Formats: sequence, structure tokens, C-alpha cells
Amino acid sequence: MAVMAVFYLMILGTGIWASMRSRKEEKKCSGDGMEITLLAGRNINQLVGIFTLTGEEMGRRSGPSELSVKLNRQLERCLRNSKCIDTESLCVVSGEKVWQIRVDVHTLNDDGNLMDAASAAAVAALCHFRRPDVAIQGDQVTVYGPEERDPIPLSIYHMPVSTSFAFFQQGTYLLVDPCEREERVMDGLLMIAMNKHREICSIQSSGGIMLLKEQVLRCSKIASVKVSEITELISKALTNDREARKAGGRWGFAESLPLQRITALKAEETAVETADASEAAREVVEKTAAPPASPGVPSPVVPVPGVGQVGQGLPNTWGLEEEEEEEEEEEEEDQGTGGDGGEDVDEEMEMEEQQPEKKEPKKVDVIEISDSEEEEVVILHPETTEKAKNTGSRSHHKRAATAKKSQKK
Amino acid sequence: MAGLELLSDQGYRLDGRKATELRKFQARMGPFAQADGSAYLEQGNTKALAVVYGPHEMRGSRSRALHDRAVINCQYSMATFSTAERKRRPHGDRKSTEMSLHLKQTFEAAVMTQLYPRSQIDIYVKILQSDGGNYSVCVNAATLAVIDAGIPMRDYVCACTVGFVDETPLADLCYAEESGGVSSLALALLPRGGQIALLQMDARLHQDHLETLMEAAMTACKGVSKVLDEVVRQHLREASMLTRE
Repeated sequence: MAVMAVFYLMILGTGIWASMRSRKEEKKCSGDGMEITLLAGRNINQLVGIFTLTGEEMGRRSGPSELSVKLNRQLERCLRNSKCIDTESLCVVSGEKVWQIRVDVHTLNDDGNLMDAASAAAVAALCHFRRPDVAIQGDQVTVYGPEERDPIPLSIYHMPVSTSFAFFQQGTYLLVDPCEREERVMDGLLMIAMNKHREICSIQSSGGIMLLKEQVLRCSKIASVKVSEITELISKALTNDREARKAGGRWGFAESLPLQRITALKAEETAVETADASEAAREVVEKTAAPPASPGVPSPVVPVPGVGQVGQGLPNTWGLEEEEEEEEEEEEEDQGTGGDGGEDVDEEMEMEEQQPEKKEPKKVDVIEISDSEEEEVVILHPETTEKAKNTGSRSHHKRAATAKKSQKK
Repeated sequence: MAGLELLSDQGYRLDGRKATELRKFQARMGPFAQADGSAYLEQGNTKALAVVYGPHEMRGSRSRALHDRAVINCQYSMATFSTAERKRRPHGDRKSTEMSLHLKQTFEAAVMTQLYPRSQIDIYVKILQSDGGNYSVCVNAATLAVIDAGIPMRDYVCACTVGFVDETPLADLCYAEESGGVSSLALALLPRGGQIALLQMDARLHQDHLETLMEAAMTACKGVSKVLDEVVRQHLREASMLTRE
């Protein structure tokens, strides 16, 4: 948990640092409304931040974990080295100002084959992205916000998408797009990134497997088929989004929710008759018998309405459980003495509670209340305790009875 | 990129080599006496130094020890003076970590780790001068170092970086060729069985050219294996001559 907290703090720190840096840059240039980081370098800077909710080790050793480094580098090579974006068009003033693009990939759930998902997501995001429009007049650079001028898309040459192959049993079995369980037991992984023009953008073999040339060629053929399918999907999604935005309908994250594209727990609605609900409720209430007025439970004595009183109230019922064993004798005894109203209360309540528990002291069996093996059930000898309790409490009760009697008198 | 002609019409490259020629190979085994195994390798202008410690007991966390084989620990680093501009962070950055992982993966496939359960083999490689083909030179140097350490391997691990220019595969790229946007393929091969221990490719290459490129890479690796074999035999001859006298 501490590691997660540290990680979130790191993200926060990076955000704060980035905002501070951009503020510094803003001061340098002629102050404009909206600015994305302007740098003098010309490159796509891709920082891939990955956090998995399935318990990935982050920061256990010095620096990011091996998996995140591996994925980061693979994504970088797949997208940056293959030059899928025209970086020259990002230049604003040559030698001085340039747009910097940053792609952050966040994993919400890892069920294996993060690389493929991340590459498809990154490519879709790059195609979907719009940057602010810029106007240059001599030395003056004006950046227009989205309200003033429509933002411009990036110029993308091609869409590299990766496909992963898992090898099992020294290359005997080959699985495309392994899931998490398959990844755990695989021998090795081969990642091939291609675009729909059948150009290979990146190949990377990982894990200690030995490949043969024929296997690699076969995988590349399978990959070309898969990649064209995925590119189709991405283009279709982009077109849908564009049309939805034009038509003014719902788009984006909110749109995918009701169509259950985002996995959510959803139960089907069952029809409920609510026409005469209030009627039915009233009937139910009337039909139930009134709860038996507890005989002689006096309401607490309130001398003056609106005044709380401490010390008066219902008679004490706390001593019930302790005196359960000797109920029988007490009963007889009290009846003999002629119970008053106050005492009757005690008796009857005691009786009610005592009935189910009467059996207990007679038997010597161990009754397990919980099935924890740690609790010991210690049974004291019932006779001795009974007697002791009897003598003890009986006299006490007697005294109480007499006291009450005297009170009444 | 317009000014540099990577492959002239006569078939000569920037440094005067032919398309399938490897760079000049110089190697020395055992330059360091204190390590279990060491090797120094020069391929053209790229110079690498590899040092092997092991097999020894697991250092650090015992829990990482494998019950049936040895753990191979690799570290790749570049000297600060190895590149044209001084390198600020020689190790610990993402590229170095990635290279270390690749090296580890390569040698796990080649070294017979089942002979040393619960132990650890450390391989450290340092690039002293970087002129292209870093990964391949590292692998070759590490192979020699592992042999010098006497750790049994299934076969030599030979690596080579090949590029594709004008429909011709170029073997053993130098830095100028690598940075010229050429599609480069790095291949680590066990030559006798033709098994590929590691395959890595960047930049765009049409699928149809893949087979030619891989073929060229495998041929180049087999050439490298011959050279490595010669180096090892020479070293053995020298050592036995000294002990005889």
C-alpha cells in the first residue's frame, strides 16, 4: 500500500513539475492564452505510465519494474522508430519552437498481452488527437484555443499495431494473443508490430526460447491478417466518433457505458407493479396483530414533559442471564411470597428467557457456540455453581423483594 | 540522409566494405585475472569488454534462487566516453535495462544452467566505444567471456546486426548506417542448430523482405561463429604452450 501511495505521489509530482515547467516557458514567450509545452527539440516524447490493478510490483528494485521497462521500450520502438507520425509538421518556428507529443498509457486491468492493447490504444489515441491551431506572423506566434479555431489532427503516416505470439513446449504450440494465465506458463513471447500495408515495424522476441526461421515467417503471416482486422476496427471507431461529434450526439466515454462496452455489473430490470402499492402497504400494516403489550412494563416516569430524568426508568433487567439457573426455585419462592406487580415483571421476563436455557445446566454436554478451534469451552461443574449462585442470588433477590415490599407498604 | 550514400553503385558501403562483409574482428580472452572469465572484443570501431563471475552462491535475496538451475544476471552499461556526446547516465536508464534483459534472455537459452542449481552467474558488459551494433558486440564478447570462465554452453552465441538498403541486406552495421533510418535487424544465433536466441528489429520493412534479411543475418552470424571459434582455439594454444614450458 505504501508503494502505491509513493507511486501516486510520483505521478502528482510529475504533474506539478510539468505544470511548473510550462509556466516557466509561458513567461519566456509572449504571453498567450493556451499553450502546450513548447520545446526546442523535435521529437515525440513518449512516456508510458503503467499502473496495473492486479498487483504489479512497482519500484521494488531501483527504478521501474522490468515489465514496465520492457513495455515502455517496445512501445517506443514500435511507434517512434517506425516514424508513424510526421514530426516535421510539429515544428512551429524552426530552431525555436516545436510541439511535443506525449502518450500516456494507463492500464486499468491486466489480463495478459498488455503490449497489443497498449499499442492499439496508443495508435487510436494519436489518430484521435487534435492539436491547437497556430498562426505565425513574422516573429509573432499565436496559439488559438479550441473555441477560436478548430484544432488540427496530427499527420499520421501509418498505424503500427502489434500482435503477440506465445510459445509453449519448446515451440511445439503457438498461441496468438495470450491471456494472463497462458502468459504465466509460456516459454517465450514473440511480438510483431505491423501496419496494414504489410510493413513490419518491429519484431521482438523475449523469454528464453529458441526460434526457427520458419516459425518467425509463419508468425509474420498470421500477424498481417490480425493487424488488418484491428486497423479496420480502429478506423471504424474513429469514423463513428467523428460522425457522432458532428451530429451532436453522445460520444466518448459516456457513450460506451449503456452499450455495456465497459464491463459493469448490470442486472436486468424486473417489472414491479406499483399502482396500488400504498393500498397494499396499509393493509399489511393493519393486518399484523398489535404487538402484545408487555404486561406491566411501565413507561418511564417523566415528571414534567420535556425534562429528562436520570435514575428513574424501567426496572433493571440486566441480572437476568446470571440468574437463569435458579429460576425454578425463585419462581416457587416468589410465588410463595406473593409477587407484586414489580416483581411479576421480573419473573415473567425471567421465565420467558429461562425456558430455552433451562435445559442447559442439566446436561453436561459441550455446546459449541462457534466453530473456532481456538476458543476453549470450559465447563465448570454445574451443581456447585448452581448452589453457589442460588445461595448468593437468592438471598439477594429476597432482599430485593423484601425491599420492594417495604417500599410499597 | 540525402548526402550519405549507404550503398554505392559499385556495391561499396561508407567504410569501403562490400554488402556482406563483416568489420575487422579483434578479440582477446582473459585480459583480467581476477574475474572468473573475461574477454575484450573489437568489431570495427565498437569496443566491448565482458566480465563473468560465477557460478557462485546466490548473492542478495536467496529467495530468487531457482532449485533446478542457475540464475543468470546481466548488466549492460556504456562508458560515459563511449559516444560522440558524453553520456550522462551510463546505466540505469531504460535502454540499458532493456539491453540487460535481452542479454539475460539470450544467455539463459545458451548456457547449460541445469548443471548449477541454486547458484548465480553474473555477466557484466561494458561498451568502451560505440560505433553501431552494440548489442551484437556485447553478445559476442559475453560468449567469449563465458567460455573463458569455463561455463558450459550449448553452442557459441553469435550475434550480428544487419540492415536493408536498396533491396540489399548489409551485414554488420556501423553507427552511420544505423542512424540513417535503415531497418536494422539484430539476431543472436546458435549456429550449429540454426536456433535463434533473440530477434529484434526496428524501422519499417516490408514483410516480403523479411526472409532475405533473416537469411543474411544468419549467414553473417555463422561467419562470426567461425571467427570466435578461431579466437578460442588460438587462446587455448597459447595457454597450453605456456603451461607446457
